[in-house]
Amino acid sequence: MTLPIIRLSGLDKFYGEFQALSQINLDIKTGEFFSLLGPSGCGKTTLLRAIAGFETLSSGSLQIDGLSMEGVPANKRPTNMVFQSYAIFPHMSVAENVAYGLKARKLPKVEIKARVAEAIDMVGLQGFDERASHALSGGQRQRVALARALVLKPRVLLLDEPLSALDKKLREQMQSELRRLQRAVGITFVLVTHDQEEALTMSDRIAVMFDGKIAQVASPQILYGKPSTRKVAAFIGMMNFLDAKVLAASGDNVEVEVQSLGKLTLSLEQATGGLNGCDSVGVRPEMLTILTGSQTSEREIEAEVTEVSYYGDMTYYDVKFPSKEDPITVTMRNTAGREVLEVGAKARVGWSTSSLLLLK
Amino acid sequence: MRGKIGFFRWFIGFFLLFLYAPAMLLPIFAFNASSIVSFPLTGFTTEWFLVLFTNETLHLAARNSLLIAITTAIFSTLLAVLAARASTRFSFFGRRSIMGFVMLPMVLPEIIIGVSLLVVIIQMGFELSLWSITMGHILICTPFCIAILSSAFMNLDKSLEEASFDLGQTRWNTFWLVIFPLVMPGIVASLLIAFTISLDEFIIAFFLAGTEPTLPVYIWGQLRFPAKLPSLMALGTVLLLVSIGLLLIADYFRRRGIRKTGIENTGGFL
Amino acid sequence: MVGFQKWRRSESAQGLFLISPTLCFALLLLAVPLVMVAALSFWTQDYLTLDRTFTTANYVTAWTEPMYQYLMARSLKISIFVTVATVFLAYPVAYFISFHVAPKRKAMWIFLITIPFWTSYLMRIFLWKVILGYNGVVNGSLMGLGVIEQPLSFILYNQNAVVLTLAHAWVPFAILPIFVALERVDRSLIEAAEDLGDSRLRRFLRVTLPLSMPGVIAATIIVFIPTIGDYVTPRLVGGPNGLMISNMIELQFKKANNAPLGAALAISAMGIVTFFALVFLWMNRKYVRGPS
Repeated sequence: MTLPIIRLSGLDKFYGEFQALSQINLDIKTGEFFSLLGPSGCGKTTLLRAIAGFETLSSGSLQIDGLSMEGVPANKRPTNMVFQSYAIFPHMSVAENVAYGLKARKLPKVEIKARVAEAIDMVGLQGFDERASHALSGGQRQRVALARALVLKPRVLLLDEPLSALDKKLREQMQSELRRLQRAVGITFVLVTHDQEEALTMSDRIAVMFDGKIAQVASPQILYGKPSTRKVAAFIGMMNFLDAKVLAASGDNVEVEVQSLGKLTLSLEQATGGLNGCDSVGVRPEMLTILTGSQTSEREIEAEVTEVSYYGDMTYYDVKFPSKEDPITVTMRNTAGREVLEVGAKARVGWSTSSLLLLK
Repeated sequence: MRGKIGFFRWFIGFFLLFLYAPAMLLPIFAFNASSIVSFPLTGFTTEWFLVLFTNETLHLAARNSLLIAITTAIFSTLLAVLAARASTRFSFFGRRSIMGFVMLPMVLPEIIIGVSLLVVIIQMGFELSLWSITMGHILICTPFCIAILSSAFMNLDKSLEEASFDLGQTRWNTFWLVIFPLVMPGIVASLLIAFTISLDEFIIAFFLAGTEPTLPVYIWGQLRFPAKLPSLMALGTVLLLVSIGLLLIADYFRRRGIRKTGIENTGGFL
Repeated sequence: MVGFQKWRRSESAQGLFLISPTLCFALLLLAVPLVMVAALSFWTQDYLTLDRTFTTANYVTAWTEPMYQYLMARSLKISIFVTVATVFLAYPVAYFISFHVAPKRKAMWIFLITIPFWTSYLMRIFLWKVILGYNGVVNGSLMGLGVIEQPLSFILYNQNAVVLTLAHAWVPFAILPIFVALERVDRSLIEAAEDLGDSRLRRFLRVTLPLSMPGVIAATIIVFIPTIGDYVTPRLVGGPNGLMISNMIELQFKKANNAPLGAALAISAMGIVTFFALVFLWMNRKYVRGPS
């Protein structure tokens, strides 16, 4: 719709010989909740810190709000950051922490007071103003860090793994709260995370990174449903892979020979990352069904159950397809009356050609 | 189990007796009426402390020592702040060897430092003065200050600085608003340790003393006269109390610093 | 020029800039003087006139004259004794504080160990003279208890007294690094050894001791090197047979007016101590595997 708030083009970052970022091209839209997702060491934090102004770029350009950020130090950029450790000033109270950036701007005292109170309210820390910061819990520190950054009304809020230090329950609660907060203030959020679930539930769009490169940028649904490479598919959720060989392509159709499944005709759209170099077929575990009794499916294959993991609401089966060594995972919802199979049982696995992805 | 604890209890008991023997005798003889420093004790007196008030030479030596100790504390802490900050925050060419070199006086025999400074001063044709002692003291105190301040700077989360910078502060203000308050306890501890070491240092002072003695040099001179010994004991008692007082203050500040930075207190003194 | 501009803002440049005052001070007051002492040791002095022609005569004297050889060997021997005594004394104490003292009270114990160290250095040595003397505390008590009839004379004015006094002075410095190393030993490793069937003693020998070796090495170096430079202790409690090389160095610099020989002795002493320290470190690296 409008101009991107952040535009990265041809970004490179070297640490000596090591290339931490290579040829990053990325537009982040105004007002979106954007996540940088990847395993540790993939360069996502470096990229975030480069946007914040803590890392100098080796080459390439970085524009925020249409302005080049070359030579602009962190304290002059329209971005603020929530640090992984929260970096709450330990010698200051909650209110002093929140007021820190406003004081740096030399705003009048009355305005500082009003805005601090507003920000503390916004993150739900009413009554904690004078609390010493070392007497705060993890969740409270996180809120102070948010209030301290948001009070400055930055164009972009950068969040460096802000939830990784919290326990599971608190993390889930903060996820929805962050999302609510982002909608309320309308500020662009850029979140760094290694947790794919966190990225999927919170973001408008996600950039998946490996080895300093961006592998795919897409909405959560597209990323999950149509990952562009095998690597992305394996990183986001679970995916079964079968060796495949492209035999011929004509018009919208692709003919492939798939391990265990035989010769198939797929639509060209199912090759999400393009047809070039495709050598495997991927299928999500929930796209496969274990057929019982008289159930039928578009396609079926005989398999043997090799492992059963019972999760209460779900059962995860490892099944062995004929002529494939590694097991295939099938997840089944434990609906009423469904029997849980045992190891060694024979199973009919139902599948459909439309649920397959052709990947490289 | 019992036998083992028993062994430790005896061992620690003897060890503490051994460790504290001189320190315990100091006040005993200081208050002992006899003018000979030996057992048996003859009675209680505060006479030896009163002598201290009227001794002009002692006052002069004490004044010299105080002057040197204060100057040493300030300058070695300043130099140590720079070194500790540089070594904990920046990685630069030759950091390890530079730090190793700067810390060297900690393990170098003091006589070597004394001798080498003496050689330089004489070769350069300078006069021996209180300044030469001060220089030597700054040299030996700086490593101790660096050790204290390094841990203070190391406990400092780097992201605190970045947060301050990110929130719009300048580097200079960041130092004064965030870093300085957080390492302040370390700085106080460093000042006090340097002060205490300098006040008690003898070997370098003895080599570099010109006509003006420091307190330990004065004490050294007096040790030869048996009649002066009881009042020296009184002086030693006073010095011990001053040292312990200063160390308690230093430790208090160190603990406060640890509390502030929110790190669990596991370390010991020094 | 652009390269320089960029370098000036780099981390390396900022770090070097920050440390430069401290480094310059150390260069000026440590490196330059040490170099001058080294230079001086190759010159000669006749009373007050200095002859700057290069000669190794001082070193020849320092290494061949029996008196200096003897003093050097004795100093080394005393230093080694002091180091061994100190480490053996310090280890159980550090172990006790680390393993048998409640965590809350550890800091207090460490403080307790360091207090005596802050007694005036000279007074402390002098008081050992009082304790060990002919009419001293030890003899007085032993005679009072009827253990001995005549005062013991072998406890003062000899090398034993020097070793004892120096060990007393340095023991806190040995306890601290050993304590720190012991604190770092992961307690679950010891439990694992117990679980795997090691007895208490074997647990100590196979787990605790090797893991605390870095502390022992640090303690050894911290005690060994400076000990050889002490000259007050030998002067006060050593008697004529307890004097060490530093007393000779002091004598050459002050009364004997032969600074070049003093310098040669000082450099030689430093060299020998450094050599021993390095051999020790090398042996440890070779035979003891500790956590790096």
